[in-house]
Amino acid sequence: MIDVLYFAWVRERIGLPKERLETSAVTVRDLIAELRTREERYELAFSDLRSLRVAVDQELADFDAPLAGVQEVAFFPPMTGG
Amino acid sequence: MHVSVQAEPFDAGAELNRFTAQVAGAGAVVTFTGIVRDTAGVLSGMEIEHYPGMTERAIRAMQNEATARWALCGCLVIHRYGALRVGEPIMMVATAAPHRAAAFEAAEFLMDYLKSRAPFWKKEQAAGGSDWVAAQDADETALCRWQKD
Repeated sequence: MIDVLYFAWVRERIGLPKERLETSAVTVRDLIAELRTREERYELAFSDLRSLRVAVDQELADFDAPLAGVQEVAFFPPMTGG
Repeated sequence: MHVSVQAEPFDAGAELNRFTAQVAGAGAVVTFTGIVRDTAGVLSGMEIEHYPGMTERAIRAMQNEATARWALCGCLVIHRYGALRVGEPIMMVATAAPHRAAAFEAAEFLMDYLKSRAPFWKKEQAAGGSDWVAAQDADETALCRWQKD
């Protein structure tokens, strides 16, 4: 089981902030592919990976990051702090 | 080093005085305060979302990196989330060092990283609706100067 979190417009498009998933995805990219096939709202949120960032266990990561042993994956747009 | 990620407003002047009183051996203190601005005169406010847990962690990592690069006597980051009004402080960085160059550089370094590496997202609110603030290419470019070979 893995916790998947969504922030900002990713959260709005998918319609929820967090969900717990059973997945066999090996990498973040696999997980995205799996999510995209679920429903149109996921397809909408993940249609352009260039506008997305990912954190794995609360550290910024790339889409090829492995998911073995990972507890939490978060998807969000580029950050706008400061 | 101090980090505060908070919903409540803060008094930048009071924070500066408290910070200055606590740092030992400092000859220079530099601060930056970011404020909700309304250049077009249409904003009613701003909503800031963040990633609890990762936010504090990312800011602490930035502070550790700044402390490793410059001889700092202290460093403070305050960043708000939630609903903010126009004119209110969003965030504040303060750095203290024996000499000003290190304090200025470390403050700029922290600001550049907070802009695009701390998990905050700003949403501007106006009468006509609300919109997520888009990240600027210039913010990403600003990080290049801090990259080590």
